[in-house]
Amino acid sequence: MKNVSKIIPCYSADTAGVCSALYELGGMVVTHDASGCNSTYATHDEPRWYDIQSKMYISALTEMDAIMGNDEKLISDIVSAANDQKPEFIAVCGSPMPMMTGVDFDAIAAEIESRTDIPTFGMHTNGTHSYIEGASEAFDYIVKQYVRECPKTEGSGVNIIGMTPLDFKWRGTMDAVKGWLAENGLEYVSCIAMGSSLDEIRRAASASVNLVVSSSGLAAAKYMEERFGIPYVCGVPYGRAYAKAFAEQLKGENGGAVRTADDADTVIIGEGIGSVSLAAALSADLGISAKVICPLTCGDGILADTDLDLYAEEDIEAALSDMDPKTVIADPLYKYIVPDGTRFIELPHFAFSGRCFERDMKDLINTDIKEYFK
Amino acid sequence: MLKDIRYEKPPCKQIADTDRDCFFESGLEYNTPARGMWNIVHSGMLLPEAHEIFCCAQGCLRGVILTAAEMLTLDRMSWISVSEEDMFDGTIETDVIDGVTEIIEKLGKRPPVVLLYLSCIHLFAGVDFEAIINELHERFPDIWFSDCYMTPTMRTTVSPVAKMAAQLYDALKPMPLDPKSVNIIGNDRATDEGSELVKTIRGAGFTLRDITLCKTFDEYLEMAKGSLNITYIPTAVLAGGTLEERFGARHLYLPNSFVYDTIEENHRTLCEALGIGQTDLSAERAAADSALEAAHEVIGDTAVAIDFTAVTRPFELAELLIAHGFNVRYVIADGAGEEGDAFERLKAARPDLEIYAAANVNMLNMRYEPHEKVLAVGQKAAYYFATDNFVNIILNGGYYGYSGIVKLAELMTDAYRNEKDRKRVISLKGYGCASCLA
Repeated sequence: MKNVSKIIPCYSADTAGVCSALYELGGMVVTHDASGCNSTYATHDEPRWYDIQSKMYISALTEMDAIMGNDEKLISDIVSAANDQKPEFIAVCGSPMPMMTGVDFDAIAAEIESRTDIPTFGMHTNGTHSYIEGASEAFDYIVKQYVRECPKTEGSGVNIIGMTPLDFKWRGTMDAVKGWLAENGLEYVSCIAMGSSLDEIRRAASASVNLVVSSSGLAAAKYMEERFGIPYVCGVPYGRAYAKAFAEQLKGENGGAVRTADDADTVIIGEGIGSVSLAAALSADLGISAKVICPLTCGDGILADTDLDLYAEEDIEAALSDMDPKTVIADPLYKYIVPDGTRFIELPHFAFSGRCFERDMKDLINTDIKEYFK
Repeated sequence: MLKDIRYEKPPCKQIADTDRDCFFESGLEYNTPARGMWNIVHSGMLLPEAHEIFCCAQGCLRGVILTAAEMLTLDRMSWISVSEEDMFDGTIETDVIDGVTEIIEKLGKRPPVVLLYLSCIHLFAGVDFEAIINELHERFPDIWFSDCYMTPTMRTTVSPVAKMAAQLYDALKPMPLDPKSVNIIGNDRATDEGSELVKTIRGAGFTLRDITLCKTFDEYLEMAKGSLNITYIPTAVLAGGTLEERFGARHLYLPNSFVYDTIEENHRTLCEALGIGQTDLSAERAAADSALEAAHEVIGDTAVAIDFTAVTRPFELAELLIAHGFNVRYVIADGAGEEGDAFERLKAARPDLEIYAAANVNMLNMRYEPHEKVLAVGQKAAYYFATDNFVNIILNGGYYGYSGIVKLAELMTDAYRNEKDRKRVISLKGYGCASCLA
């Protein structure tokens, strides 16, 4: 069955994606749920929880309120908290129980906004989708709400879109990205949304290109292309040679990923854009040919024809068995379904194994990757 | 004290202004990074050789699976995810049955018992859990299936933790009761062997069993012989009562109290139930007083904060410590529960004692509020009062009675003298469990 797993975990859910995307932007995020959504997020999906305070709450939904449809309690509790805490915006997320009772989050958001004069939006999460969907909707909202026309920066200004700790090391990643941009004559404008702020994001339309680093950023990038005429490029500057070539692509010059997957004997399992970028880096930097298995929603045209989008444990296990690769690169908790005798290179992914291997997460951006993969 | 005047829903009150039936108005809730409290995954893993199968939405699965991953028991956990369509297409029961069947057929070794957890949305949709369990019993007669519940939305009706404690004993089969066998039921850790409770039972020649001490499923099954089941924390009472109904084994609730009269009364009740003469606890009582005096000599007037996750009766502990000269300033609790009398006595004796809500939305920035040096008893108190001087225990830490007071006094002294790595210590999930983060 496609919805059954004997042993490997599932990815972070859509509610966690919303929270992670909005964590540093000064808003209040309320998940309409009894308790689990917030404790799971805070424990397993959010490495910043202890060190950076953020207004992430649950509604503490009870059985009686669910049965009676007591939306007024949710609204008045949020209004009260907003009066106390003065957030920049309010996001209200759904979870499994509101899915069952058919809560209208758009209407609730409108009511809260009318009572508080604080921008408020409903997130159409229900806890049954992955973090990609939740973060994508949150980023899309943020750019629609806060990005306005503004003069372009001189030179090549770049927004980073789709950056969250669910896909990237929280500490160090943005420094590496900014260093890579500067090294290649590109100017950092904003990051949507890790290590950034709403003020930075308000200026995002001054950029000349958007760099989409995960599938979470695609919807926002497409909107900005349509609304502001800013083109976008998908990828993560892993390695040295690939990072250099990718920078050229970002500048609209020749370059970019020249990735071969013919006769690939390496398989990468992970988020689509990150994994495809790693495959390109392995090819450009180390001459390794790799295919990708993507177990998450991924935009059209991201994966190569030789790549696979597989979601179920049994499908991934069967594909690995059929491919019989020499090497698998994936989160450590995939080890249980990697064929015996296959070389397994651990690449911790926070959205999969949470904090279990946080201390082993690797710095791969604009750096020599030989020590990890050769 | 938190400047609560700013808030519509203040998270702090003086006890004099607090109603024992409703400490704080409900509202949005904040979740601290203190992770020591056990959840239903941790508890289920106490059952030797059991395999846990969770059936719920991805968002709920994530927390339980990674609980197992962090405690290094992922090989004892499987899952079935639920989609929106599953709830409405008439397959709610068959999805569970077929999913469990597939998982069991893939397991290398048949577990003797499967703990099958359904979630809020299943119950809300009116799932026929009994039919699922019956069908699974038919398909796998060599496996016992226990119905378990991950239903936080229903927490005001039945606490998931209390229900889990009860279902942990569901796989026991009736056996002839052994008049010389006693069980301690419903705890997540063994009771201190040095406690008067354990010493009294063992000293009278009784066999004492506790699921936390069972290494194999067969050892666990032996618990059905117990003619007396003892509980002492509130969430265990349902388990004790259920076993009494099923097997006729007497249930004794001997609450883990800090009131000397209650400790003595518990001891009398225990001795009567065991059919032994009452032993004298005056030496143990004197030891508790001495330990508290010694601790107070070290700790002096340092402000003390107690939270409800550390001990099941924080107001009784506050009262005891105040009686021995400690400067107890703060209690973190959302209700008086079964210690309303102690609450009322404190209200009269120490009206300025400050009560803090455990999860109030405005506790978010509490740890940045200025306050004096605090010695905390419990992880939440340590976090909120931003102190590295704290006693790291959950649910009494397995300590009980007078000997428990001695131990707690020693732990407070140690905490006063030695700082802990607060962030690392409180971040570990399930106090006492193995952890890949340790």
